[in-house]
Amino acid sequence: MDTTKVMDWDKVRGSTRRMRISSQLTFVLPAAVLLLLVLVAIFAPLLAPYPPTKIAMTERLLPPVFVEGGSTAHPLGTDLIGRDVLSRVIYGARVSLSVSLLVILITASIGTVLGIIAGYLGGRTDAFLMRVTDISLAFPGILIAILLAVILGPGYWTVVLAISILGWAPYARLIRGEALKLREADFVAQARIIGTSPARIMVRHIFPNIINPLIVMATLSVGFVILTEAALSYLGAGIPPPIPSWGNMVSDGRNLIDSAWWISFFPGLAIGLVVLSGNFLGDWIRDKLDPRLRQV
Amino acid sequence: MSKIILQVEDLRTFFFTRKGVVKAVDGVSFYVREGETFGIVGESGCGKTVTGLSILRLLPEPAGRIVGGKIIFNGTNLLELSKKEMREYRGRMIAMILQDPMTSLNPVYTIGDQIAESVRLHQGLRDEMVEKEVISALRLLKIPSPEILLEDYPFQLSGGMRQRVVGAIAMSCYPRLLIADEPTTALDATIQAQYIALFKEIQKKTNVAIIYITHDFGVIANMCHRVGVMYAGKILETAMTKELFKAPKHPYTSALINSVPRLDRKDDRLYSIEGQPPSLMNLPPGCRFSPRCSMAQAVCSEQEPPEVEISDGHSVSCWGMK
Repeated sequence: MDTTKVMDWDKVRGSTRRMRISSQLTFVLPAAVLLLLVLVAIFAPLLAPYPPTKIAMTERLLPPVFVEGGSTAHPLGTDLIGRDVLSRVIYGARVSLSVSLLVILITASIGTVLGIIAGYLGGRTDAFLMRVTDISLAFPGILIAILLAVILGPGYWTVVLAISILGWAPYARLIRGEALKLREADFVAQARIIGTSPARIMVRHIFPNIINPLIVMATLSVGFVILTEAALSYLGAGIPPPIPSWGNMVSDGRNLIDSAWWISFFPGLAIGLVVLSGNFLGDWIRDKLDPRLRQV
Repeated sequence: MSKIILQVEDLRTFFFTRKGVVKAVDGVSFYVREGETFGIVGESGCGKTVTGLSILRLLPEPAGRIVGGKIIFNGTNLLELSKKEMREYRGRMIAMILQDPMTSLNPVYTIGDQIAESVRLHQGLRDEMVEKEVISALRLLKIPSPEILLEDYPFQLSGGMRQRVVGAIAMSCYPRLLIADEPTTALDATIQAQYIALFKEIQKKTNVAIIYITHDFGVIANMCHRVGVMYAGKILETAMTKELFKAPKHPYTSALINSVPRLDRKDDRLYSIEGQPPSLMNLPPGCRFSPRCSMAQAVCSEQEPPEVEISDGHSVSCWGMK
């Protein structure tokens, strides 16, 4: 009997441990990056070496410290009018992160409410709300944003409004599908049997059961919002200068991309980091919430 | 004899679909007394569940509608109540147990929360009192150590235990009428027997009237005082359980009883009824069982037979009784 070795337990234990570490890493790393950036945004005045709008014509277009000709006074270099790129990236985090947080809060709330109502009530309410959603999905978002910027004038709240005004539609679609599925669930029938009102069923029985896909979608859309803000700024419909956002910094540097690449590169890197972290975090949450993938 | 708590008269529930009108319940009448169990037995798709849902007015709207009849519960016609008034009856006066215990509990709340919801909704009690009520409901269903179970989530319980919890939710407000829609179908045989014994005991304690919907004659024999045999949206025969098994009068009833496998008879082949139940969208003229009936006469396919009371509490809808 002892000659037949069924399973190499040390190996098995080793592989599960490796799996656990890699699973933890996909959470810890993106979460740490996002947390760090949020802290940077909050403590921007303490961390930034210069005010973000301080112009120094004598120090224009300095390269980053690790490139020949760079100086430690401006670790990430300076832009066309001598503003410190590091300070601007740090302050830019405030705008970019707060815009995405606000937009996600607004769009997720609107989308969830409309989605649950449409999915649970069905019938004409559903048909009407879903047609509105279809229209919102079909509309070119950038066009609306530019239109709004023209009407309201570019600014922080214009950007938030411009992205939110159509951004709720994908949430409504997703949540409506989930609510439609849950409406037929036995435990919802059970709730009706004991005399629960439709409003209470939506809040107490449908909503808690759609939190999972909602969280996944919210984390995954961090990237979308930051990129849209960047696109708007790039088109001049975003956060107006001199307030730095990562998007308008990328846009500022686009004419000098071959000579002074650092002006666009560092805010672009920050955008990439946030988007990637958001996506990884969303994937991780999705895997964690899926009972079939849980407790492997 | 005890009081009649529910009287259903000529109930008609139709589903209006794109393809046509489905007459799921087409003139069903029966009554249930306090402390009594009335069984509704029939093949799947014969309208048993729709009958149960109609009593609670929980049909999938807008397709399903009650188009005729009366449902008189304790002197009130439920069909005349507003939506809000009807909600007051659900759970408090009339409760229902669904078939599948694995899906009828909300996965995100604890057992305690789910039973408390019904208690809070209908009794307006303070929190300490609610917990007492919840525990006494769990005790009624003979759930061991209810104080510990309160904190558990549905996925931590077995199917049998979950169905007891569903029973506890149903009984938490001590309803006068309980509609049990095949509550034991998803359970295995031993648990099924326990569950039925438990409900007989609960009925003795609380005097609740039970409508027991099933396709299982064994359960009917064990549980019900009276039975209605349903076929294609109509009750064809109603009788005391003993009488129905001993002397079935409707050809459909005797055919059904004959097609139950029995240990005390040595048959080569199990008896089965020829043909298929009719489409509820396109019922045959006359008696709806006539195309499959071995005793059909000319009149059977022309006119619908009236319900005849052949002895006390035993009524049959069949031309053969005339």
